[in-house]
Amino acid sequence: MAEKMSFVAFSGTADKLQALATMVSGAAAMGVETHVFLTFWGLNAFRKELISTPMPISPEYGTAGEQVRDLMVKKGVQPWYEVLGMAKDIGDVKIHACAMTMDLMDLQQSDLDPMVDDVLGVGTFIGIAEGGSILFI
Amino acid sequence: MGVEATKEIDARGSFCPGPLMEMIRGIREANVGDTVAVLSKDPGSRTDIPAWIEKAKHELVAVEDEAGYTRFVARKAR
Repeated sequence: MAEKMSFVAFSGTADKLQALATMVSGAAAMGVETHVFLTFWGLNAFRKELISTPMPISPEYGTAGEQVRDLMVKKGVQPWYEVLGMAKDIGDVKIHACAMTMDLMDLQQSDLDPMVDDVLGVGTFIGIAEGGSILFI
Repeated sequence: MGVEATKEIDARGSFCPGPLMEMIRGIREANVGDTVAVLSKDPGSRTDIPAWIEKAKHELVAVEDEAGYTRFVARKAR
């Protein structure tokens, strides 16, 4: 069993955020120290005013994108931010926001959902992730 | 219904990883020695719930296949 896993959340599309949240909750459940580094569109999705807004589906689905969304609704898939909240509740999960993206988008930590623990530079994140696996989503 | 449980949680409306999360919460809120049953329609639960129970060092009491869902019963061991 991995002792530490880090996820770089780069994408802000509904399907990738859902996959991120599901994998993070699996890692948290299995007792793995889990870190999420939010950058670019991944960070954007954590803005307070956007977090509960349905995000688009990734373009690679083409015209099937809306079908994917319909299926998620029909199957009662829990919203990604709720799944992440549960993961934080049951396990050791830290969510870090990328300082550079914050600067780029003129954001303060108070603009982000309270699930976000802190704002870090990428070097600090790499230091935290050292010795574990890193997954880029 | 098969093996009796102290607490019964119906997570059949919940998609992956919901039922596993319900089991973790149920066990966390239970007293040592209590049993928690979770009903799940999520096929992933079949491997995920037993894997978590083993990892967290609790006891898997029963896995019961019902019509269209599975009932997992675990005993809080510590």
